[in-house]
Amino acid sequence: MTDATTATGPDDASGPLLSANNIEVVYNRVILVLKGVSLSVPRGGITALLGANGAGKTTTLKAISHILKGERGEVTRGSIVYDGTETESLTPSDLVRKGLVQVMEGRHCFEHLTVEENLLLGAYTRSESRAERREQLDKTYAYFPRLRDRRHTQAGYISGGEQQMTAIGRALMARPRMILLDEPSMGLAPQLLAEIFGIVDRLNREEKVSFLLAEQNTHAALKHSDYGYILENGRVVMEGASEQLTENSDVKEFYLGLGESGRRGFRDAKHYRRRKRWLS
Amino acid sequence: MDELYFFLEVLIGGLLSGTLYSLVALGFVLIYKASGIFNFAQGTMVLFAALTFVGVLELGAPALLAAVVTLAVMVVLAFAVERFIFRHMVNQPQVILFMATIGLAYFLEGLGQTIWGTEVHVLDLGIPDRGLWLGPILVSQFDLVAAAVVALLVAGLGVFFRTTTMGRALRGVADDHQAALSIGIPLHHVWVAVWSVAGFVALVAGLVWGSKLGVQFSISLVALKAIPVMIIGGFTSIPGAIVGGLIVGASEKLAEVYLGPFVGGGLENWFPYMLAMLVLMVRPEGIFGEKIIERV
Repeated sequence: MTDATTATGPDDASGPLLSANNIEVVYNRVILVLKGVSLSVPRGGITALLGANGAGKTTTLKAISHILKGERGEVTRGSIVYDGTETESLTPSDLVRKGLVQVMEGRHCFEHLTVEENLLLGAYTRSESRAERREQLDKTYAYFPRLRDRRHTQAGYISGGEQQMTAIGRALMARPRMILLDEPSMGLAPQLLAEIFGIVDRLNREEKVSFLLAEQNTHAALKHSDYGYILENGRVVMEGASEQLTENSDVKEFYLGLGESGRRGFRDAKHYRRRKRWLS
Repeated sequence: MDELYFFLEVLIGGLLSGTLYSLVALGFVLIYKASGIFNFAQGTMVLFAALTFVGVLELGAPALLAAVVTLAVMVVLAFAVERFIFRHMVNQPQVILFMATIGLAYFLEGLGQTIWGTEVHVLDLGIPDRGLWLGPILVSQFDLVAAAVVALLVAGLGVFFRTTTMGRALRGVADDHQAALSIGIPLHHVWVAVWSVAGFVALVAGLVWGSKLGVQFSISLVALKAIPVMIIGGFTSIPGAIVGGLIVGASEKLAEVYLGPFVGGGLENWFPYMLAMLVLMVRPEGIFGEKIIERV
Protein backbone atom coordinates (compact mmCIF):
# COMPACT_ATOMS: atom_id res chain seq x y z
CA MET A 1 0.00 0.00 0.00
CA THR A 2 1.30 3.38 -0.96
CA ASP A 3 -0.89 5.55 1.19
CA ALA A 4 -2.30 4.07 4.35
CA THR A 5 -4.66 6.96 5.02
CA THR A 6 -6.75 6.63 1.87
CA ALA A 7 -9.88 4.61 2.43
CA THR A 8 -9.98 1.57 0.22
CA GLY A 9 -13.08 1.22 -1.91
CA PRO A 10 -14.50 -1.99 -3.39
CA ASP A 11 -12.73 -1.33 -6.66
CA ASP A 12 -9.39 -0.84 -5.07
CA ALA A 13 -7.58 -4.03 -5.91
CA SER A 14 -4.54 -3.16 -3.88
CA GLY A 15 -6.00 -3.48 -0.36
CA PRO A 16 -6.37 -6.85 1.32
CA LEU A 17 -9.51 -8.82 0.48
CA LEU A 18 -10.28 -9.29 4.13
CA SER A 19 -9.03 -7.60 7.22
CA ALA A 20 -10.04 -7.84 10.83
CA ASN A 21 -8.91 -4.96 12.97
CA ASN A 22 -8.56 -5.51 16.66
CA ILE A 23 -11.78 -7.46 17.07
CA GLU A 24 -13.05 -8.47 20.44
CA VAL A 25 -15.74 -11.15 20.86
CA VAL A 26 -17.87 -11.76 23.90
CA TYR A 27 -20.11 -14.80 24.38
CA ASN A 28 -23.25 -14.55 26.51
CA ARG A 29 -22.31 -10.96 27.27
CA VAL A 30 -19.66 -12.03 29.77
CA ILE A 31 -17.12 -14.44 28.36
CA LEU A 32 -14.37 -12.65 26.51
CA VAL A 33 -13.12 -15.04 23.83
CA LEU A 34 -11.20 -12.85 21.42
CA LYS A 35 -9.14 -10.11 22.97
CA GLY A 36 -8.25 -7.92 20.07
CA VAL A 37 -7.40 -10.03 17.02
CA SER A 38 -6.07 -8.36 13.88
CA LEU A 39 -5.34 -10.17 10.68
CA SER A 40 -5.60 -9.72 6.96
CA VAL A 41 -5.87 -11.95 3.92
CA PRO A 42 -4.48 -10.59 0.65
CA ARG A 43 -6.33 -11.08 -2.64
CA GLY A 44 -5.48 -14.51 -3.97
CA GLY A 45 -3.66 -15.52 -0.79
CA ILE A 46 -3.91 -18.48 1.53
CA THR A 47 -3.54 -17.35 5.10
CA ALA A 48 -3.31 -19.80 7.96
CA LEU A 49 -4.75 -19.23 11.40
CA LEU A 50 -3.00 -21.54 13.81
CA GLY A 51 -3.27 -22.37 17.43
CA ALA A 52 -4.34 -25.01 19.91
CA ASN A 53 -7.87 -26.05 20.77
CA GLY A 54 -9.82 -23.18 22.30
CA ALA A 55 -7.39 -20.52 21.13
CA GLY A 56 -10.17 -18.70 19.28
CA LYS A 57 -9.69 -19.81 15.66
CA THR A 58 -13.27 -20.90 15.09
CA THR A 59 -14.63 -17.85 16.88
CA THR A 60 -12.55 -15.62 14.62
CA LEU A 61 -13.96 -17.28 11.51
CA LYS A 62 -17.52 -17.13 12.81
CA ALA A 63 -17.09 -13.49 13.69
CA ILE A 64 -16.01 -12.82 10.12
CA SER A 65 -18.88 -14.78 8.54
CA HIS A 66 -21.38 -13.34 11.06
CA ILE A 67 -22.57 -16.77 12.08
CA LEU A 68 -21.62 -15.81 15.60
CA LYS A 69 -24.78 -13.77 16.04
CA GLY A 70 -26.86 -16.92 16.10
CA GLU A 71 -24.77 -18.34 18.94
CA ARG A 72 -25.08 -15.63 21.54
CA GLY A 73 -21.70 -14.28 20.54
CA GLU A 74 -21.10 -10.66 19.74
CA VAL A 75 -18.30 -8.60 18.26
CA THR A 76 -17.97 -5.86 20.85
CA ARG A 77 -15.01 -3.97 19.46
CA GLY A 78 -13.03 -3.61 16.27
CA SER A 79 -14.06 -3.83 12.65
CA ILE A 80 -14.06 -6.36 9.86
CA VAL A 81 -13.54 -5.10 6.34
CA TYR A 82 -14.23 -7.38 3.37
CA ASP A 83 -13.40 -6.19 -0.12
CA GLY A 84 -13.19 -2.60 1.04
CA THR A 85 -16.56 -2.63 2.82
CA GLU A 86 -17.23 -2.61 6.51
CA THR A 87 -19.34 -5.73 7.14
CA GLU A 88 -21.01 -4.88 10.42
CA SER A 89 -24.54 -4.38 9.09
CA LEU A 90 -24.48 -7.35 6.69
CA THR A 91 -26.19 -10.69 7.27
CA PRO A 92 -24.46 -14.04 6.67
CA SER A 93 -26.55 -14.29 3.52
CA ASP A 94 -25.30 -10.89 2.23
CA LEU A 95 -21.73 -12.02 2.80
CA VAL A 96 -22.23 -15.25 0.87
CA ARG A 97 -23.72 -13.22 -1.96
CA LYS A 98 -20.55 -11.12 -1.94
CA GLY A 99 -18.48 -14.27 -2.22
CA LEU A 100 -17.41 -14.85 1.38
CA VAL A 101 -18.35 -18.41 2.33
CA GLN A 102 -17.50 -20.42 5.40
CA VAL A 103 -16.87 -24.16 5.53
CA MET A 104 -17.52 -25.01 9.11
CA GLU A 105 -15.58 -27.21 11.45
CA GLY A 106 -16.94 -30.74 11.48
CA ARG A 107 -18.21 -30.46 7.90
CA HIS A 108 -21.87 -29.79 8.69
CA CYS A 109 -23.27 -31.49 5.62
CA PHE A 110 -27.03 -31.78 5.26
CA GLU A 111 -27.08 -35.41 6.33
CA HIS A 112 -30.41 -36.47 4.91
CA LEU A 113 -29.89 -34.75 1.58
CA THR A 114 -27.95 -36.45 -1.16
CA VAL A 115 -24.48 -35.23 -2.05
CA GLU A 116 -25.81 -33.57 -5.17
CA GLU A 117 -28.63 -31.86 -3.28
CA ASN A 118 -26.04 -30.58 -0.81
CA LEU A 119 -24.02 -29.13 -3.65
CA LEU A 120 -27.04 -27.58 -5.35
CA LEU A 121 -28.06 -25.86 -2.13
CA GLY A 122 -24.65 -24.22 -2.10
CA ALA A 123 -25.88 -22.10 -4.99
CA TYR A 124 -28.90 -20.92 -3.00
CA THR A 125 -27.86 -17.27 -3.05
CA ARG A 126 -27.07 -17.29 -6.78
CA SER A 127 -29.73 -16.12 -9.17
CA GLU A 128 -28.40 -17.97 -12.16
CA SER A 129 -29.86 -20.06 -14.93
CA ARG A 130 -30.17 -23.82 -14.78
CA ALA A 131 -27.39 -24.15 -17.34
CA GLU A 132 -25.00 -21.98 -15.36
CA ARG A 133 -25.73 -23.95 -12.23
CA ARG A 134 -25.19 -27.20 -14.10
CA GLU A 135 -21.88 -25.91 -15.38
CA GLN A 136 -20.73 -24.97 -11.89
CA LEU A 137 -21.85 -28.40 -10.66
CA ASP A 138 -19.78 -30.10 -13.34
CA LYS A 139 -16.81 -27.96 -12.40
CA THR A 140 -17.24 -28.95 -8.76
CA TYR A 141 -17.38 -32.61 -9.73
CA ALA A 142 -14.23 -32.08 -11.76
CA TYR A 143 -12.43 -30.92 -8.62
CA PHE A 144 -13.96 -33.69 -6.53
CA PRO A 145 -14.43 -36.71 -8.83
CA ARG A 146 -15.28 -38.93 -5.85
CA LEU A 147 -18.40 -36.88 -5.22
CA ARG A 148 -19.71 -37.65 -8.68
CA ASP A 149 -19.68 -41.35 -7.81
CA ARG A 150 -21.50 -40.66 -4.57
CA ARG A 151 -23.91 -38.05 -5.88
CA HIS A 152 -27.10 -39.93 -5.03
CA THR A 153 -25.98 -41.10 -1.59
CA GLN A 154 -27.24 -39.32 1.52
CA ALA A 155 -24.43 -37.18 2.88
CA GLY A 156 -24.80 -38.74 6.31
CA TYR A 157 -23.59 -42.05 4.96
CA ILE A 158 -20.43 -41.03 3.09
CA SER A 159 -16.95 -41.07 4.60
CA GLY A 160 -15.47 -38.21 6.59
CA GLY A 161 -13.19 -37.22 3.74
CA GLU A 162 -16.07 -37.24 1.28
CA GLN A 163 -18.09 -35.11 3.69
CA GLN A 164 -15.26 -32.60 3.85
CA MET A 165 -15.20 -32.57 0.06
CA THR A 166 -18.96 -32.10 -0.04
CA ALA A 167 -18.70 -29.16 2.34
CA ILE A 168 -15.97 -27.49 0.29
CA GLY A 169 -17.77 -28.32 -2.96
CA ARG A 170 -20.97 -26.84 -1.58
CA ALA A 171 -19.10 -23.63 -0.80
CA LEU A 172 -17.64 -23.69 -4.29
CA MET A 173 -21.15 -23.73 -5.76
CA ALA A 174 -21.66 -20.23 -4.37
CA ARG A 175 -18.81 -19.06 -6.66
CA PRO A 176 -16.81 -17.74 -3.74
CA ARG A 177 -13.96 -15.26 -3.83
CA MET A 178 -12.94 -16.23 -0.35
CA ILE A 179 -13.48 -19.37 1.69
CA LEU A 180 -13.13 -19.50 5.46
CA LEU A 181 -12.04 -23.09 5.94
CA ASP A 182 -12.26 -24.36 9.48
CA GLU A 183 -10.21 -27.38 10.51
CA PRO A 184 -10.39 -29.47 7.32
CA SER A 185 -7.93 -31.95 8.82
CA MET A 186 -10.30 -33.03 11.56
CA GLY A 187 -10.41 -36.80 11.73
CA LEU A 188 -8.86 -37.34 8.32
CA ALA A 189 -6.11 -39.75 7.37
CA PRO A 190 -2.90 -38.01 6.21
CA GLN A 191 -3.34 -39.15 2.63
CA LEU A 192 -6.86 -37.74 2.40
CA LEU A 193 -5.71 -34.56 4.03
CA ALA A 194 -3.01 -34.17 1.39
CA GLU A 195 -5.63 -34.69 -1.29
CA ILE A 196 -7.89 -32.02 0.20
CA PHE A 197 -5.07 -29.52 0.64
CA GLY A 198 -4.05 -30.23 -2.94
CA ILE A 199 -7.53 -29.21 -4.06
CA VAL A 200 -7.36 -26.10 -1.90
CA ASP A 201 -4.15 -25.16 -3.68
CA ARG A 202 -5.76 -25.74 -7.05
CA LEU A 203 -8.85 -23.70 -6.19
CA ASN A 204 -6.53 -20.93 -5.11
CA ARG A 205 -4.51 -21.06 -8.34
CA GLU A 206 -7.20 -21.82 -10.88
CA GLU A 207 -10.32 -20.21 -9.43
CA LYS A 208 -8.53 -17.35 -7.67
CA VAL A 209 -10.23 -18.21 -4.40
CA SER A 210 -8.53 -16.75 -1.34
CA PHE A 211 -8.49 -18.81 1.84
CA LEU A 212 -8.41 -18.16 5.53
CA LEU A 213 -7.52 -21.56 6.90
CA ALA A 214 -7.96 -22.35 10.58
CA GLU A 215 -5.93 -25.43 11.49
CA GLN A 216 -4.51 -27.33 14.40
CA ASN A 217 -2.34 -29.28 12.06
CA THR A 218 0.37 -26.63 11.95
CA HIS A 219 2.70 -28.54 9.69
CA ALA A 220 0.20 -29.08 6.88
CA ALA A 221 -1.29 -25.60 7.20
CA LEU A 222 2.07 -23.84 6.96
CA LYS A 223 3.04 -25.95 4.00
CA HIS A 224 -0.01 -24.85 2.05
CA SER A 225 -0.24 -21.19 3.07
CA ASP A 226 1.64 -17.99 2.30
CA TYR A 227 1.27 -16.31 5.64
CA GLY A 228 0.33 -17.42 9.12
CA TYR A 229 -1.01 -16.10 12.39
CA ILE A 230 -0.66 -17.95 15.66
CA LEU A 231 -3.48 -17.50 18.10
CA GLU A 232 -3.27 -18.20 21.78
CA ASN A 233 -5.91 -17.36 24.37
CA GLY A 234 -7.77 -15.09 21.99
CA ARG A 235 -4.73 -13.06 20.97
CA VAL A 236 -2.39 -13.15 18.02
CA VAL A 237 0.93 -14.04 19.59
CA MET A 238 2.98 -14.38 16.44
CA GLU A 239 2.66 -13.82 12.71
CA GLY A 240 4.83 -14.07 9.68
CA ALA A 241 5.37 -15.57 6.26
CA SER A 242 4.73 -19.29 6.38
CA GLU A 243 8.32 -20.29 5.53
CA GLN A 244 9.61 -18.09 8.32
CA LEU A 245 7.15 -19.54 10.80
CA THR A 246 8.19 -23.03 9.76
CA GLU A 247 11.78 -22.15 10.55
CA ASN A 248 11.00 -20.29 13.77
CA SER A 249 12.36 -22.14 16.75
CA ASP A 250 9.40 -21.41 19.02
CA VAL A 251 6.91 -22.63 16.44
CA LYS A 252 9.06 -25.68 15.89
CA GLU A 253 9.14 -26.41 19.55
CA PHE A 254 5.57 -25.71 20.54
CA TYR A 255 3.55 -26.44 17.43
CA LEU A 256 5.63 -28.70 15.23
CA GLY A 257 7.00 -30.78 18.09
CA LEU A 258 10.60 -30.33 16.99
CA GLY A 259 12.73 -29.00 19.83
CA GLU A 260 16.38 -28.00 19.64
CA SER A 261 17.19 -31.24 21.36
CA GLY A 262 15.44 -33.39 18.77
CA ARG A 263 11.83 -34.43 18.72
CA ARG A 264 9.76 -33.35 21.67
CA GLY A 265 6.07 -33.30 22.44
CA PHE A 266 4.06 -30.21 23.12
CA ARG A 267 3.49 -31.59 26.60
CA ASP A 268 7.17 -31.28 27.48
CA ALA A 269 7.38 -27.60 26.64
CA LYS A 270 7.82 -25.55 29.72
CA HIS A 271 4.65 -23.61 30.16
CA TYR A 272 6.16 -20.55 31.88
CA ARG A 273 8.61 -20.11 29.07
CA ARG A 274 5.91 -19.94 26.44
CA ARG A 275 4.03 -17.32 28.36
CA LYS A 276 7.13 -15.32 29.00
CA ARG A 277 8.25 -15.22 25.42
CA TRP A 278 4.97 -14.48 23.76
CA LEU A 279 2.82 -12.65 26.17
CA SER A 280 5.26 -10.30 27.83
CA MET B 1 -68.53 -64.16 4.02
CA ASP B 2 -70.65 -61.34 5.39
CA GLU B 3 -68.30 -61.21 8.32
CA LEU B 4 -65.39 -60.54 5.99
CA TYR B 5 -67.25 -57.86 4.05
CA PHE B 6 -68.18 -56.17 7.27
CA PHE B 7 -64.56 -56.27 8.41
CA LEU B 8 -63.40 -54.75 5.13
CA GLU B 9 -66.05 -52.08 5.34
CA VAL B 10 -64.91 -51.03 8.79
CA LEU B 11 -61.28 -51.18 7.75
CA ILE B 12 -61.76 -49.08 4.62
CA GLY B 13 -63.93 -46.57 6.44
CA GLY B 14 -61.24 -46.30 9.11
CA LEU B 15 -58.43 -45.87 6.61
CA LEU B 16 -60.33 -43.17 4.75
CA SER B 17 -61.13 -41.20 7.87
CA GLY B 18 -57.51 -41.71 8.89
CA THR B 19 -56.35 -39.66 5.92
CA LEU B 20 -58.02 -36.69 7.59
CA TYR B 21 -55.88 -37.19 10.68
CA SER B 22 -52.88 -37.39 8.37
CA LEU B 23 -53.79 -34.02 6.96
CA VAL B 24 -53.64 -32.33 10.34
CA ALA B 25 -50.50 -34.19 11.36
CA LEU B 26 -48.83 -33.06 8.14
CA GLY B 27 -48.97 -29.42 9.24
CA PHE B 28 -47.27 -30.30 12.53
CA VAL B 29 -44.57 -32.34 10.82
CA LEU B 30 -43.69 -29.58 8.32
CA ILE B 31 -43.00 -27.00 10.99
CA TYR B 32 -41.34 -29.46 13.31
CA LYS B 33 -38.96 -30.60 10.57
CA ALA B 34 -37.89 -27.13 9.50
CA SER B 35 -37.63 -25.41 12.84
CA GLY B 36 -37.73 -28.04 15.55
CA ILE B 37 -40.82 -26.33 16.95
CA PHE B 38 -43.79 -28.39 18.00
CA ASN B 39 -46.46 -25.96 16.86
CA PHE B 40 -49.28 -26.23 19.33
CA ALA B 41 -51.22 -23.69 17.28
CA GLN B 42 -51.56 -25.99 14.25
CA GLY B 43 -55.06 -27.07 15.29
CA THR B 44 -56.09 -23.48 15.78
CA MET B 45 -54.64 -22.63 12.40
CA VAL B 46 -56.92 -25.25 10.88
CA LEU B 47 -59.88 -23.64 12.62
CA PHE B 48 -58.76 -20.12 11.76
CA ALA B 49 -58.36 -20.99 8.08
CA ALA B 50 -61.78 -22.65 7.97
CA LEU B 51 -63.40 -19.69 9.75
CA THR B 52 -61.80 -17.20 7.40
CA PHE B 53 -62.84 -19.22 4.37
CA VAL B 54 -66.45 -19.48 5.52
CA GLY B 55 -66.47 -15.83 6.53
CA VAL B 56 -65.31 -14.68 3.12
CA LEU B 57 -67.73 -17.10 1.49
CA GLU B 58 -70.62 -15.64 3.47
CA LEU B 59 -69.66 -12.17 2.27
CA GLY B 60 -70.69 -13.43 -1.14
CA ALA B 61 -67.39 -14.42 -2.71
CA PRO B 62 -67.14 -17.52 -4.90
CA ALA B 63 -65.36 -20.50 -3.34
CA LEU B 64 -62.20 -20.16 -5.38
CA LEU B 65 -61.76 -16.51 -4.45
CA ALA B 66 -62.45 -17.32 -0.80
CA ALA B 67 -59.71 -19.96 -0.94
CA VAL B 68 -57.24 -17.52 -2.47
CA VAL B 69 -58.06 -14.84 0.10
CA THR B 70 -57.73 -17.33 2.94
CA LEU B 71 -54.41 -18.53 1.61
CA ALA B 72 -53.20 -14.93 1.47
CA VAL B 73 -54.30 -14.46 5.08
CA MET B 74 -52.35 -17.58 6.09
CA VAL B 75 -49.23 -16.27 4.35
CA VAL B 76 -49.59 -12.92 6.12
CA LEU B 77 -49.96 -14.86 9.34
CA ALA B 78 -46.72 -16.71 8.56
CA PHE B 79 -44.90 -13.41 8.06
CA ALA B 80 -46.34 -12.01 11.28
CA VAL B 81 -45.44 -15.08 13.30
CA GLU B 82 -41.84 -14.92 12.11
CA ARG B 83 -41.54 -11.15 12.46
CA PHE B 84 -43.21 -10.68 15.82
CA ILE B 85 -42.57 -13.94 17.62
CA PHE B 86 -39.77 -16.14 16.39
CA ARG B 87 -37.32 -13.51 15.21
CA HIS B 88 -37.02 -12.47 18.83
CA MET B 89 -36.55 -16.00 20.05
CA VAL B 90 -33.60 -17.22 18.06
CA ASN B 91 -31.49 -19.57 20.14
CA GLN B 92 -34.03 -19.98 22.88
CA PRO B 93 -34.56 -23.51 24.16
CA GLN B 94 -37.21 -25.52 22.30
CA VAL B 95 -39.59 -25.53 25.22
CA ILE B 96 -39.72 -21.71 25.16
CA LEU B 97 -40.60 -21.78 21.47
CA PHE B 98 -43.26 -24.37 22.23
CA MET B 99 -44.73 -22.11 24.92
CA ALA B 100 -44.85 -19.28 22.41
CA THR B 101 -46.95 -21.43 20.08
CA ILE B 102 -49.41 -22.09 22.94
CA GLY B 103 -49.78 -18.34 23.28
CA LEU B 104 -50.23 -18.10 19.54
CA ALA B 105 -52.99 -20.73 19.68
CA TYR B 106 -55.01 -18.72 22.21
CA PHE B 107 -54.40 -15.51 20.32
CA LEU B 108 -55.60 -16.99 17.03
CA GLU B 109 -58.65 -18.52 18.67
CA GLY B 110 -59.59 -15.13 20.13
CA LEU B 111 -58.89 -13.33 16.89
CA GLY B 112 -60.99 -15.78 14.90
CA GLN B 113 -63.89 -15.36 17.32
CA THR B 114 -63.60 -11.58 17.31
CA ILE B 115 -63.70 -11.34 13.55
CA TRP B 116 -66.07 -14.11 12.55
CA GLY B 117 -68.17 -14.69 15.65
CA THR B 118 -68.72 -17.84 17.69
CA GLU B 119 -71.63 -19.61 16.03
CA VAL B 120 -71.29 -22.82 14.05
CA HIS B 121 -71.06 -22.24 10.30
CA VAL B 122 -72.19 -24.75 7.76
CA LEU B 123 -69.71 -25.35 5.00
CA ASP B 124 -70.97 -27.06 1.88
CA LEU B 125 -68.38 -27.53 -0.81
CA GLY B 126 -70.70 -29.67 -2.85
CA ILE B 127 -68.86 -32.87 -2.04
CA PRO B 128 -71.51 -35.61 -2.16
CA ASP B 129 -71.93 -37.36 1.17
CA ARG B 130 -73.71 -40.50 0.19
CA GLY B 131 -72.85 -44.13 0.53
CA LEU B 132 -71.28 -45.82 -2.44
CA TRP B 133 -71.44 -49.55 -3.04
CA LEU B 134 -68.13 -50.98 -4.18
CA GLY B 135 -69.39 -54.48 -4.88
CA PRO B 136 -70.72 -55.67 -1.55
CA ILE B 137 -68.84 -53.00 0.46
CA LEU B 138 -70.32 -49.68 1.43
CA VAL B 139 -67.98 -46.69 1.56
CA SER B 140 -68.56 -43.01 2.10
CA GLN B 141 -68.21 -40.95 -1.03
CA PHE B 142 -67.15 -37.96 1.01
CA ASP B 143 -64.32 -39.89 2.61
CA LEU B 144 -63.17 -41.07 -0.80
CA VAL B 145 -62.99 -37.51 -2.11
CA ALA B 146 -61.21 -36.35 1.03
CA ALA B 147 -58.68 -39.15 0.70
CA ALA B 148 -58.06 -38.18 -2.92
CA VAL B 149 -57.48 -34.56 -1.86
CA VAL B 150 -54.98 -35.66 0.76
CA ALA B 151 -53.18 -37.88 -1.74
CA LEU B 152 -52.95 -35.01 -4.20
CA LEU B 153 -51.67 -32.62 -1.54
CA VAL B 154 -49.01 -35.05 -0.38
CA ALA B 155 -47.85 -35.75 -3.91
CA GLY B 156 -47.62 -32.00 -4.51
CA LEU B 157 -45.62 -31.45 -1.34
CA GLY B 158 -43.33 -34.32 -2.28
CA VAL B 159 -42.55 -32.71 -5.61
CA PHE B 160 -42.04 -29.34 -3.90
CA PHE B 161 -39.58 -30.75 -1.38
CA ARG B 162 -37.61 -32.82 -3.89
CA THR B 163 -37.32 -30.57 -6.88
CA THR B 164 -37.52 -26.89 -5.92
CA THR B 165 -34.69 -24.91 -4.41
CA MET B 166 -36.92 -23.65 -1.60
CA GLY B 167 -38.05 -27.20 -0.90
CA ARG B 168 -34.46 -28.40 -0.67
CA ALA B 169 -33.60 -25.41 1.48
CA LEU B 170 -36.40 -26.35 3.88
CA ARG B 171 -35.02 -29.87 4.17
CA GLY B 172 -31.51 -28.51 4.56
CA VAL B 173 -32.51 -26.19 7.36
CA ALA B 174 -34.30 -29.07 9.03
CA ASP B 175 -31.03 -31.01 8.94
CA ASP B 176 -28.57 -28.38 10.07
CA HIS B 177 -29.32 -24.74 10.87
CA GLN B 178 -25.70 -23.70 11.04
CA ALA B 179 -24.75 -25.24 7.74
CA ALA B 180 -27.72 -23.48 6.17
CA LEU B 181 -26.49 -20.17 7.57
CA SER B 182 -22.96 -20.82 6.39
CA ILE B 183 -24.04 -21.10 2.76
CA GLY B 184 -26.23 -18.04 2.99
CA ILE B 185 -29.74 -19.44 3.39
CA PRO B 186 -31.59 -16.78 5.39
CA LEU B 187 -33.40 -18.65 8.14
CA HIS B 188 -36.27 -16.18 8.37
CA HIS B 189 -37.18 -16.72 4.69
CA VAL B 190 -37.28 -20.42 5.31
CA TRP B 191 -39.45 -20.04 8.39
CA VAL B 192 -41.92 -17.85 6.58
CA ALA B 193 -42.01 -20.36 3.74
CA VAL B 194 -42.63 -23.33 5.99
CA TRP B 195 -45.31 -21.57 8.03
CA SER B 196 -46.98 -20.58 4.78
CA VAL B 197 -46.96 -24.16 3.56
CA ALA B 198 -48.30 -25.28 6.94
CA GLY B 199 -50.97 -22.58 6.60
CA PHE B 200 -51.93 -24.00 3.22
CA VAL B 201 -52.15 -27.49 4.65
CA ALA B 202 -54.25 -26.09 7.50
CA LEU B 203 -56.59 -24.51 4.98
CA VAL B 204 -57.11 -27.79 3.14
CA ALA B 205 -57.61 -29.60 6.45
CA GLY B 206 -60.02 -26.90 7.59
CA LEU B 207 -62.11 -27.21 4.44
CA VAL B 208 -62.34 -30.97 4.64
CA TRP B 209 -63.01 -31.14 8.38
CA GLY B 210 -65.27 -28.11 8.22
CA SER B 211 -67.53 -29.60 5.60
CA LYS B 212 -67.66 -32.86 7.54
CA LEU B 213 -68.33 -31.46 11.03
CA GLY B 214 -69.35 -27.86 10.40
CA VAL B 215 -66.96 -25.01 11.08
CA GLN B 216 -66.87 -24.74 14.85
CA PHE B 217 -64.39 -24.58 17.63
CA SER B 218 -64.23 -28.30 18.20
CA ILE B 219 -62.22 -28.50 14.97
CA SER B 220 -59.17 -27.26 16.81
CA LEU B 221 -59.56 -30.21 19.17
CA VAL B 222 -59.49 -32.67 16.30
CA ALA B 223 -55.86 -31.63 16.04
CA LEU B 224 -55.21 -33.47 19.28
CA LYS B 225 -55.67 -36.70 17.34
CA ALA B 226 -52.65 -35.64 15.33
CA ILE B 227 -50.45 -36.26 18.36
CA PRO B 228 -50.79 -40.07 18.42
CA VAL B 229 -50.53 -39.97 14.63
CA MET B 230 -47.15 -38.28 14.86
CA ILE B 231 -45.90 -40.44 17.68
CA ILE B 232 -46.75 -43.55 15.68
CA GLY B 233 -45.49 -42.25 12.35
CA GLY B 234 -42.56 -40.21 13.58
CA PHE B 235 -42.35 -36.45 14.15
CA THR B 236 -40.00 -35.79 11.26
CA SER B 237 -41.52 -37.82 8.49
CA ILE B 238 -44.17 -36.90 5.94
CA PRO B 239 -44.77 -40.54 4.94
CA GLY B 240 -44.92 -41.17 8.69
CA ALA B 241 -47.76 -38.69 9.07
CA ILE B 242 -49.67 -40.44 6.31
CA VAL B 243 -49.13 -43.98 7.55
CA GLY B 244 -49.66 -42.89 11.14
CA GLY B 245 -52.98 -41.33 10.20
CA LEU B 246 -54.07 -44.49 8.40
CA ILE B 247 -53.09 -46.67 11.35
CA VAL B 248 -54.91 -44.45 13.82
CA GLY B 249 -58.00 -44.23 11.66
CA ALA B 250 -58.20 -47.96 10.95
CA SER B 251 -57.30 -49.13 14.43
CA GLU B 252 -59.73 -46.90 16.27
CA LYS B 253 -62.64 -48.01 14.11
CA LEU B 254 -61.71 -51.68 14.29
CA ALA B 255 -61.20 -51.44 18.04
CA GLU B 256 -64.54 -49.73 18.47
CA VAL B 257 -66.38 -52.33 16.47
CA TYR B 258 -64.66 -55.50 17.63
CA LEU B 259 -63.45 -54.68 21.14
CA GLY B 260 -66.06 -52.06 22.03
CA PRO B 261 -68.81 -54.48 23.01
CA PHE B 262 -66.56 -56.09 25.64
CA VAL B 263 -65.76 -52.87 27.50
CA GLY B 264 -68.96 -50.95 26.87
CA GLY B 265 -67.81 -48.90 23.89
CA GLY B 266 -66.08 -45.53 23.75
CA LEU B 267 -62.76 -47.03 22.67
CA GLU B 268 -62.46 -44.77 19.68
CA ASN B 269 -61.40 -41.84 21.81
CA TRP B 270 -58.56 -43.38 23.71
CA PHE B 271 -57.41 -46.32 21.64
CA PRO B 272 -55.00 -44.26 19.43
CA TYR B 273 -53.30 -42.84 22.52
CA MET B 274 -52.73 -46.28 23.93
CA LEU B 275 -51.32 -47.41 20.62
CA ALA B 276 -49.03 -44.36 20.64
CA MET B 277 -47.81 -45.30 24.09
CA LEU B 278 -46.94 -48.80 22.90
CA VAL B 279 -45.01 -47.35 19.98
CA LEU B 280 -43.14 -45.04 22.34
CA MET B 281 -42.03 -48.03 24.35
CA VAL B 282 -40.93 -50.10 21.38
CA ARG B 283 -39.76 -47.53 18.87
CA PRO B 284 -39.57 -44.02 20.33
CA GLU B 285 -38.68 -42.30 17.04
CA GLY B 286 -41.86 -43.65 15.42
CA ILE B 287 -42.16 -45.93 12.43
CA PHE B 288 -40.66 -43.50 9.92
CA GLY B 289 -38.91 -41.10 12.27
CA GLU B 290 -35.46 -40.16 11.11
CA LYS B 291 -32.92 -41.95 13.13
CA ILE B 292 -29.88 -39.90 13.87
CA ILE B 293 -27.40 -41.04 11.26
CA GLU B 294 -24.34 -42.35 12.97
CA ARG B 295 -21.47 -43.75 11.02
CA VAL B 296 -19.35 -46.29 12.78
